Amino acid sequence: MTQILFKDINKEGLHTMKVYEELGGYQSLKKAFAQKPDEIIAAVKASGLRGRGGAGFPTGLKWSFLAKDVFPRYLCCNADESEPGTCKDRELLLKNPHLLIEGMILCSYACQVETGYIYMRGEFHDLSVIMDKALEEAHAKGYLGKNILGTGFNLEIHTHLGAGAYICGEESALLNSLEGGRGEPRMKPPFPAVEGLYSKPTVINNVETLCVVPYIVNEGAEKYASFGTEKSKGTKLVSVSGHVKKPGNYEIEMGTPTSELIYNLAGGIRNDNKLKAFIPGGSSVPMLPADKVDTPYDYESLAAAGTMLGSGALIVIDDSVNIVETTLRLISFYMHESCGKCTPCREGTRWLYQIVERIMQNKGQLEYIEKLEDICGNMSFKAFCPLADACVAPVVSSIKHFRSDYEEYFKNVGVS
Amino acid sequence: MQLICIRSLYAGCGNLLGNIKMSEYKFSEDQEKEIARIFAKYPVKTSALLPSLTLVQRADQVVSPEAMVAIGKKLDVSPAYVQSVLSFYTMYHTEKVGKYMILFCINISCQLNGSDKLLEHTAKKLNIKVGETTFDEKFTLHREECLAACTEAPMMRVNDTYYGNLTEQRIDQIIDSLD
Repeated sequence: MTQILFKDINKEGLHTMKVYEELGGYQSLKKAFAQKPDEIIAAVKASGLRGRGGAGFPTGLKWSFLAKDVFPRYLCCNADESEPGTCKDRELLLKNPHLLIEGMILCSYACQVETGYIYMRGEFHDLSVIMDKALEEAHAKGYLGKNILGTGFNLEIHTHLGAGAYICGEESALLNSLEGGRGEPRMKPPFPAVEGLYSKPTVINNVETLCVVPYIVNEGAEKYASFGTEKSKGTKLVSVSGHVKKPGNYEIEMGTPTSELIYNLAGGIRNDNKLKAFIPGGSSVPMLPADKVDTPYDYESLAAAGTMLGSGALIVIDDSVNIVETTLRLISFYMHESCGKCTPCREGTRWLYQIVERIMQNKGQLEYIEKLEDICGNMSFKAFCPLADACVAPVVSSIKHFRSDYEEYFKNVGVS
Repeated sequence: MQLICIRSLYAGCGNLLGNIKMSEYKFSEDQEKEIARIFAKYPVKTSALLPSLTLVQRADQVVSPEAMVAIGKKLDVSPAYVQSVLSFYTMYHTEKVGKYMILFCINISCQLNGSDKLLEHTAKKLNIKVGETTFDEKFTLHREECLAACTEAPMMRVNDTYYGNLTEQRIDQIIDSLD
């Protein structure tokens, strides 16, 4: 299987400059500096790379949206990694910090940025120490700082730690948090490319997205675009967790069947139980029943199946579980993480929780399901950011595919 | 009559406020250096708020009202602003917690792998309820949302360290090994 990001991931000492350079690290810089910034943006566009953080927006296009001739500009790397089920970025940050730095240098050069921030979730304190060390090494080598490799291009990259808030993974909330405020999302437009950090044009990309850029510069956009499907190019890191024998982060070519991930790479379902459901892209996307397990793992195929690729977190659920329990846990998460700015999200998540909790206490009625669907309808696309929609996804999809799990509880109404 | 009441109320409050003595928070020399280093990262001072709060909490285990005032002064923002930001984030504590903060993940991947039972076991082992601190102020146990280590579920974080693939025995070993 093609390995781009995970090629040398388990090499001893990869996090050090010495080993990283021995394996060909930072070679892309000279190649990039020989080109004009616009040429690099064009190459990233041609590669078909799309954002790996969740929304899947074309990366090159995002870079080209930056407001013209407005400086300074900023680059923010989103290393908040807070989507339940996702832990791919943590592995990259832990084992290969220089790859991210190299990607950030390339992006900064292409977008004419002179200051970059890596926004990490507060729990990643240890990773920020590793990253600071790597940044220091890059400084000492002259890959960061003033007049990089004699090109006249300047760049500083800093780490910034959050303090425990899921919503700060949303790009505009991340900016507010980085500015020293409460992590509440902003109204869009203006989009960050026009008015972002400190009201200046800002590029925000996920760790994985930026880590792909060195490969595109080194090997060419065509080579990268030769992997994957017609519309979903390249490879994707997938965190497989839940009821599998070998949970882990795996790099697959886009379009690989989901069943290959579950039964081959992750070793199949634990205790050889039967697959009941899977959530393909992190807790914020709709779940699918077992009969959809052959769906190719790429943006379009998953969308056609009624879900999303999201952040690439495949959560596998076997038939020992009642889906209502899982759904309640997810609602509880979104209720806890709602920032409270928008009423439909703040109140809606709480209502959903209360109703599903009552159902689980055998106090439900059949019409509760209609009520749930009604509340969900009033939550989606009614808030500043997609948190409310994320909460709606597991509720609606669990009702759609596993209605009988809800009905189990109605049989026992009155039995405590 | 009403007027008099209000006046006396005011007087009472005045006395009360007058009696609250807030000592001044002193940053250590190292902290001052660190804060200067943090300031240098950003074009505006307020961006240093989260890192400064983290710095104080790592030293004191808690962010005291005195520290909020002192940080506000350094950043040219009001103590109220500092508190409003602080209260948004779950990682800051305004009340003392144990020497070891155990954050036990109960989100989906961990739940599927039996985190609820293990959390119960941990609480029993420490002889506290979830959310409480042990009598000797050594451990605080909290339920926590996803910590981005789902492939090692079930997992917990003790201060800065991640522990994955937990079992009852492993939890006992970890807790016993902390002094």
